[in-house]
Amino acid sequence: MKKLATMAIAGAMAASPALADLVFPDLSYRTGPYAAGGIPFSDGYQDYMTLLNQRDGGIGGVMTRVVECETAYNTERGVECYESTKGEGALVYQPLSTGITYQLIPRATADGIPLHTMGYGRTSAANGDVFSHVFNYPANYWDAASVIINQLLEENDGSLEGQTITLLYHNSAYGREPIRTLETLAEMHGFELSQLAVDHPGQEQGNQWLTIRRERPDYVVMWGWGVMNQVAIQEAANIRFPMENFIGNWWAGAEHDVEPAGDAAIGYRALNMNVLGDLPVFDDIQEHVIDAGMAAGDGTNLGSVLYTRGMYAAFLAAEAARTAQEVHGVAEITPAMMRDGMEALVIDNALMEARGMPGIGPEFAVSCEDHGGTGMARMQQWDGTTWVTLTDFIAPDDSVTQPLVMEDSAQFAAENNISSQCSES
Amino acid sequence: MFYREAGDFKTSYTADNQTFPIAFDRYRYYFVLIVALLIVPFLINDYWANAILLPFLIYAIAAIGLNILTGYCGQVSLGTGGFMAVGAYTSYKLMTAFPWMDMVTITLLSGFMTAMVGVMFGLPSLRIKGFYLAVATLAAQFFLIWLFNRVPWFYNYSASGQINAPERTMFGFAVTGPNAEAWVKYLFCLFFVFILAWVARNLTRGSIGRQWMAIRDMDIAAEIIGVNPMKAKLTAFAVSSFYVGISGALLFTVYLGAVEVGEAYGILKSFLVLFMIIIGGLGSIFGAFIGAAFMVVLPVVLRNILTDGLGWDTALATHFEFVIVGALIMFFLIKEPHGLARLWSLAKEKLRLWPFPH
Repeated sequence: MKKLATMAIAGAMAASPALADLVFPDLSYRTGPYAAGGIPFSDGYQDYMTLLNQRDGGIGGVMTRVVECETAYNTERGVECYESTKGEGALVYQPLSTGITYQLIPRATADGIPLHTMGYGRTSAANGDVFSHVFNYPANYWDAASVIINQLLEENDGSLEGQTITLLYHNSAYGREPIRTLETLAEMHGFELSQLAVDHPGQEQGNQWLTIRRERPDYVVMWGWGVMNQVAIQEAANIRFPMENFIGNWWAGAEHDVEPAGDAAIGYRALNMNVLGDLPVFDDIQEHVIDAGMAAGDGTNLGSVLYTRGMYAAFLAAEAARTAQEVHGVAEITPAMMRDGMEALVIDNALMEARGMPGIGPEFAVSCEDHGGTGMARMQQWDGTTWVTLTDFIAPDDSVTQPLVMEDSAQFAAENNISSQCSES
Repeated sequence: MFYREAGDFKTSYTADNQTFPIAFDRYRYYFVLIVALLIVPFLINDYWANAILLPFLIYAIAAIGLNILTGYCGQVSLGTGGFMAVGAYTSYKLMTAFPWMDMVTITLLSGFMTAMVGVMFGLPSLRIKGFYLAVATLAAQFFLIWLFNRVPWFYNYSASGQINAPERTMFGFAVTGPNAEAWVKYLFCLFFVFILAWVARNLTRGSIGRQWMAIRDMDIAAEIIGVNPMKAKLTAFAVSSFYVGISGALLFTVYLGAVEVGEAYGILKSFLVLFMIIIGGLGSIFGAFIGAAFMVVLPVVLRNILTDGLGWDTALATHFEFVIVGALIMFFLIKEPHGLARLWSLAKEKLRLWPFPH
């Protein structure tokens, strides 16, 4: 009973406008089969928030506070984490799990708390006209599928006629997301698409690779996460599949995915939505956070692919909070103001330069209708010791993805009686 | 002293046959009901509903269901997760196909649908027993999950293969969907738990329950004294699946709202419910409740103590949560192999004699 009373008081305090600091919950997973990806991302997210506190004294003079909650990539625990942290005045949720995102979309919308699902989650949430509180800038899965096909088109002189592409996907909402786009693209460009599902957690892939060995597709595209990536790359090496024709999406292209396969992984390609390399901001993190003993992890992940992406996510959240402070003219913002800030977010090269991460992502601007950003991504390749960026940012084919976004979001709007958000205001 | 039969006179057979023959037990039961029905709904908030009470109530239904099959009828089943999925997908198809249908009907129909599927998968139990039957039900688990993943009709051809519960109201209050109030969801689940636990308790006390237990204790002997094994086993499968299906439906519609079948109803769920009844006590309705509480509420409480109370790192806390829950399971099973419910009944035996044990 005492606990209930304290929670009721906490809830009442969260509802009142006087907030002590800016709360960014971090629904992380440092345990379970997906921890290899969850740990560096969470480290990057938290370290950047700590850096803002240590170096700049918070955002706009208000300190940030990260509340971490372990989900183990499990939706039920994700829900529990959401309920237990929302009372603290959470400004924005980043669950780093498509399954949890689907849980949180209706809940967070009803509670008026924005969700930022950067490069994952429900793709059609890019249509801000329907999904008022969900943002998936700078890119989403359908963009990723389109970017990969565009890159392959370029390599094959503009035609994929008669080629076969196999999609190897995690058998969950996450892995199934790109299927519709790839089917449309297959029809458009005349290539043959075959689909192979890998069940959670992804360690059993013998059958799938036997099929690949038999069918010898021209390309294998992978939508994998966690231990599935490592196993897939190992299996590809075992059947001597040409690595440069094996392409992962941006969640299947981190150091820990390729390292277990050793030299056999050389040539494996993957997408990335942010750049890699020595950003000036890393020196600040090293100096103010890691050397000061305030790092979220052990500090060894600094600069890795997913650490950089987690930091990029924190940077986007911090900039959105800053925008919200400017739009509303108050330093201590509420989740509703945060939402407005995210919707008014503009990221350009000057800003990224000023924050010590020049060109980390594409330039983009969010609007009420468009919550999805540009959808551009880069292709990178593993050379045995490090990821080498092969291309500049490649644009997706919006003429393919946009109608699909509209169709899917219209269906969601019809099912849930959502009227247009943007035309009202 | 206060917990005894003496002085509590029964003047009719009905009174003599009641579930709680001891007055103190009866008052305790009414007290729990009053607290659960009249006090908790006014105090409940989102966190208590969504993190603790709803999963507890819903898993309690599943545990009662499996306890009927495994604890009372002695048929080991590893298909619980798959049967829960049947309930959830039936609810989803009914909710989207017939938007006017109310949630109680939908949930009950989901239960009946699961009962039919359960009877189908229960047929092998007439020929095979023990570990072999467990393997057969394991096949049901994998087949059902594969089916719901494979056939797009079940998830209405949505791109992600997820199912989402649309908003449905009862008496003007939203029961499902994001706008449902915590207390409405709580009362809705409590209503099912109360009715189902009451029915289960009386079923197991009656002739059909005695048939189940006869089959459990020795099937050949049971057959000789006139128990029809086919009828007994299939009714156990039907009733058990009915309960499990309702639990799966509630887990999807009221609690989670969006479900991915492989994750929410995977093999781990079957094991979770099985562990609940083993730790709680096989063949006991109270055991199902206490087992569900042990497996659902204890981890949440531990996590809160370790991370919020002691300020531990979340990853460390999660690892330690496994260690502590695992150690507690071993401790309780070594101390009392018949489960927590047995501890409870031993305590009651002692209490009857207290304070003069000799």
